[in-house]
Amino acid sequence: MTDITSFQPSDEDFARVKTDLAVEQISRPSLSYWQDAWVRLKKNTRATISLYIVIGLAVFTLLGPVFWQVDSSLQDLNQISQAPSLPKTAALVGAYKRWDGIILEDFPAEPEAYAKSVAAVTELRAFEAATTQQVRITWNPTPGAGGYNIYRNHRAPEDFNDLGLPLGSTFGGNEVSYEDRLSLESRAYYYSIVPTDGYDEYEVYTVTAITPQMIITVNDARGRNLITADEENNLGQEIRLEFHPFGTDYLGRDMLARLMEGARVSLFIGIVAPFIYVIFGIIYGGFAGYFGGRLDVLLMRFADFVVALPFLLFMILFKIAFGIGPGESGIFPMLVTLALLLWPATARLVRGQVLQIREQGYIEAARLLGAKPSYLILRHIIPNTMGVILVTLTFAVPAAIFTEAFLSFIGMGVAPPTPSWGSMCNEGIKTMLSHPHELIFPATFISVTVLAFNLLGDGLTEALDSRMRSRE
Amino acid sequence: MLAYTLKRLLAGGITVWFIATATFVAMHQVPGDPLMNDKAVTPEIRKNLEQKYGLDKSATEQYFIFLGNMLRGDFGISFTQQNRRVNDIIRDHFPVSATLGLLAIFFAATGGVLWGALTAIYRNRLPDIIIMFLVILGISVPSFVFAALGQLLLVNINSMLGQSLIPVAGWGTFAHMLMPSLVLGLGTMAFLTRLMRSSMLEVVNEEYIKTARAKGLSPVRIFFRHQLRNAILPVITVLGPQVAAITTGGFVVELVFAIPGLGRYFVQAVQQLDYTVIMGTTVFYGAFLVFMVILVDIIYGFVDPRVRLE
Amino acid sequence: MKFVLVLVLLLSIQAANAEVDATSVDFDSQTITIALTQEPPQLNSMKATDQVSIVILSHVIEGLVGYDRRGNVVPGVAERWEIDDKTATFWLRKDARWSDGSPVTAHDFVFAWRKTLEPATASEYAFILYPLMNGEAINQGKMDSSELGVFADDDRTLRIEFARPTGYFVKLTAFVSYFPVRKEFFDKKGGRYAADATDLLYNGPFRLTEWTHSASLKMVKSDSYWDKDNIHLNAINADYITSDTRARLNLFIDGKIVHTRLDGETYKDALTQRFRIRRFSTGNVFFVEYNHRPERITRNRNLRKAIQLVFDPNEMVNKVLATPGNLPGISPFPVWLNGVEDKFRREYPAPVTDIDVEKARELLETARHELKIESFPPLVLLSGDSPTAAKQAEYMQGLLKARLGLDIKIDIQTFKQRLAKMTSGDFDMVNAGWGPDFDDVMTFGDLFASWNLNNRGRYNNPAYDIQVRTAMNSSVPKIRMDAMGELQKIIHDDAVILTQYEQGVIYLMHPKLKGVVRRVIGADPDYTRARVVK
Repeated sequence: MTDITSFQPSDEDFARVKTDLAVEQISRPSLSYWQDAWVRLKKNTRATISLYIVIGLAVFTLLGPVFWQVDSSLQDLNQISQAPSLPKTAALVGAYKRWDGIILEDFPAEPEAYAKSVAAVTELRAFEAATTQQVRITWNPTPGAGGYNIYRNHRAPEDFNDLGLPLGSTFGGNEVSYEDRLSLESRAYYYSIVPTDGYDEYEVYTVTAITPQMIITVNDARGRNLITADEENNLGQEIRLEFHPFGTDYLGRDMLARLMEGARVSLFIGIVAPFIYVIFGIIYGGFAGYFGGRLDVLLMRFADFVVALPFLLFMILFKIAFGIGPGESGIFPMLVTLALLLWPATARLVRGQVLQIREQGYIEAARLLGAKPSYLILRHIIPNTMGVILVTLTFAVPAAIFTEAFLSFIGMGVAPPTPSWGSMCNEGIKTMLSHPHELIFPATFISVTVLAFNLLGDGLTEALDSRMRSRE
Repeated sequence: MLAYTLKRLLAGGITVWFIATATFVAMHQVPGDPLMNDKAVTPEIRKNLEQKYGLDKSATEQYFIFLGNMLRGDFGISFTQQNRRVNDIIRDHFPVSATLGLLAIFFAATGGVLWGALTAIYRNRLPDIIIMFLVILGISVPSFVFAALGQLLLVNINSMLGQSLIPVAGWGTFAHMLMPSLVLGLGTMAFLTRLMRSSMLEVVNEEYIKTARAKGLSPVRIFFRHQLRNAILPVITVLGPQVAAITTGGFVVELVFAIPGLGRYFVQAVQQLDYTVIMGTTVFYGAFLVFMVILVDIIYGFVDPRVRLE
Repeated sequence: MKFVLVLVLLLSIQAANAEVDATSVDFDSQTITIALTQEPPQLNSMKATDQVSIVILSHVIEGLVGYDRRGNVVPGVAERWEIDDKTATFWLRKDARWSDGSPVTAHDFVFAWRKTLEPATASEYAFILYPLMNGEAINQGKMDSSELGVFADDDRTLRIEFARPTGYFVKLTAFVSYFPVRKEFFDKKGGRYAADATDLLYNGPFRLTEWTHSASLKMVKSDSYWDKDNIHLNAINADYITSDTRARLNLFIDGKIVHTRLDGETYKDALTQRFRIRRFSTGNVFFVEYNHRPERITRNRNLRKAIQLVFDPNEMVNKVLATPGNLPGISPFPVWLNGVEDKFRREYPAPVTDIDVEKARELLETARHELKIESFPPLVLLSGDSPTAAKQAEYMQGLLKARLGLDIKIDIQTFKQRLAKMTSGDFDMVNAGWGPDFDDVMTFGDLFASWNLNNRGRYNNPAYDIQVRTAMNSSVPKIRMDAMGELQKIIHDDAVILTQYEQGVIYLMHPKLKGVVRRVIGADPDYTRARVVK
């Protein structure tokens, strides 16, 4: 360090320093507000995650069908409501042949006298090898019976009240057979027979367990291209059934293919509709709030008017007004309808925010400096309401997806068999306890989409809000 | 203030009239009519029915008759419940819906403000992330699922306890109301949570907070007096219309929990094209909504003196 | 703060008129609790048309006759009766009383029947009284109601003159439209008759004592009922009103209600709960109705036959509906209908269709030539907006595409809009169903007669009409049933409709409640003679 007292300036110290332009150069690009926001958005973790999700969804929707070429409307009644599983096999059998059942000729149809009690039937057995096409059972008649009730359960019954599903009845003590074809799966069934007097049951029963073999008929297999022409005579041969990695729905349609196809409708409606009506709501509410006075009153009363209209009634009306024919997809009319009826909430919220912000000091300052209203609204007011707007936007996504499902349900929107996530959800609700996959898959996809928008919203809020810069 | 309120009420009246007119027109434009049923009726019986309900008159005539009756506060007799006046339906069932709705809003608002504030304080930390996931689940799953699951939960609690502690459905006691109002308020709670979080984050760096901190106010006082009060404005904005929407929009919850509310009438009337009930409930709902909006605007003035209403 | 105050106030008001939830059955007080699917829309017996109102009414008001648990006619207000082709006479019991103590007289029936037919009453079911002489003319306003063919010879003798032979008339009088109404009471109540529990007079086994709209109803055993010694239940509380089957199952599991119907989903939970499941046929038949109007391609018989040949009702019942109880639909006449001596369907077996895709395709080709078209345009299948209706429509769509290459457009419409389209004929096919109004084959038989307004497809076949007229104008069972047998054949041969299934339901009933009757016609379920056992 130089001793300051002993410092003696010389002439050189007062010479002009050479101008070095490089020092003056702005080494980083000058950033406008929005550019700055973009830069910070890219650095935001949440926004990055949401970007990956969006890419994932896009790949699933657009590229998915290229790799998974399954017809989403193809019904497979051999595999209804299957949970996700590995490929299954089934034995090839011939076409279904009608069975007349067994009616004994040497046994009375009606008992001669009403018996107070009768014995349980004996020798309850499968008449032939049980398959998922049909289970045929027969038993020995019990004297005094005027008919039999047939029950089926998924487990061994504990007592008389636990026999399970009442499948049917036979009328006549000599009618000692029953054919069960009710949604059979390859699992153990416990069949019970209860003798009746033709009307009321006697409290005795006989049980037998039968496990049907999974089969597919030649016709079905041929129709689905599961076998070649020369394999057709190979009855009994094990055939690999179609693979449904995500399971099937209530008509045996492939869930994965439906989710992929449903994504198109749901993502389109779920993203485009909110953008349209939220942006309209922002402009509408922004104007009302900023200018205030009579314009505000008029605009907001109109918003009240729209909110109070009975939604369902007007949906039906729009459907007719747009002239959507039977079975036609009304995606565009649906967008218009959603936009027409759903904007007021955003408008009201934005207006409230603007009312609050326009009284802030910095707005006053900007106005005194000569800022025009449009500049004020765009540069100062809207960015400051962004947080609230983004929350509205992210909530509008699932709302639009479910409104689409509801509209499709009443015949507006996409026509069956075209799926959408929302309508798959609605259908899945019915079976949510026994076949949860039919609800969980579409609901998960909707959740993930909403998650992406929430993360993006958070990222945007942080990127756009200048006040948050100090925290980084 | 009085002049302002009166002016708003007048404007509200005009809004309601517009709502009534638009609904009336829409109702008559939609194919089908309230007299149609699964089993066809003979032309004679149909003529008798039309006469009885005044549907044999032209639509314009019907409209003016309706307006006249509406001004006298009479909405006529329901088509589907042929012995009941629409006024009675509203009188009997609106209080039920209102109780359910207000309780739901109470849960939604307290929950929303609380969780929202919490997430703002713990921004980007674990509580924030957990609550965000719950919120997303809350809005991405149809409300019917929550209603069904909520009820199933009650059934399981009861069967575990071996006695029916909380009623699984029905209406009457406070215990009946808990689960349905929670389920009904869930969506709004999720929305308010996110809204609150976002507006808390905006407020937290305001100059007045800094001033307050600099003054040496306790953090608790800053939180309640300055932060919360300023951040709560957007919540109040949405609350008004939400109260109206929730009170009449509880169709699913009312159905699942067997609650005798007005929401069921609201939906069924449109499905059945029950002209008088549609008009009655729509006009009533419109008036209620307009009233809530006016109320919110007035409250706004109280909470934030900076907001000028005129 | 004010908000909280309002809330507390409202809560206290709501809680004030609450009762403690009762359990579903109580042995000591012989009380049961049930759930209704909806608020009874109309308890005026002269105008009621829906199932819930009919159930309530049948417990509190009694007609001339009733049904026992096996569906046989038993005496009600009438002790005995005589009937021939032209007239019928009912002799009323002397101990039948209204809840105000006055006796039930023949005049009460005359008043009710006349009133029902008067145009000003605008009763939708007035047609069910058309068998009475001049009934139709009165309903059309061409005659005064005093000219109706029903007379009170004295307080206890009711004489009827028929417009045409009506062999099943006695059964008809069990229907609510034939219930008695006391004139003095009706006039006193003015327009409020049947509006509330106190606005009705009761002569049945129970009385309606409380009616909180859309919330609950309470029926209490009547001490003035003539057969009160055989009525065991003291009270029936309808404490819950909801159509949601899952909610009702939850109430059942929680021990709050004695009965609930199960659907394709809830039965699995009932199985897990180890409940005893019961089965019952509702008596309703479901089918696809074709549009037979001249401009429609579904008018082509070969097209309809082709569809008939590829549709397997067994698959529909077992795989699509997939709940026990439904029967494959092979005839528009359900199995429970009575014939001459045995069940109708045993005496006149329904023609059977074997699935034959090859032949169906040939017929389709023939149809294409007959219609002179290049290829088939998409057929419009009109469907309701219930989940089941949509599911069935989608199944048909997939089936016809896969087996016949026919394109189907599903036109989903909300209730009234669907009715409007059905009435105007704006469809090719429509999912439809039919429930019986009375216990006779005719309730199904005349459905596709050219004059029947419920024949929405406008099927018009003189051969069909002749058979219907034959059956209508005869009172000889054999002639009537033969005609109906012919109808069954015509409907199959001409593929007038595509029958899909006969509806069956499965349900739960509290094991301690005995003697509840399920029935196709009339009150279902009927708790009148039920009892709670220990």
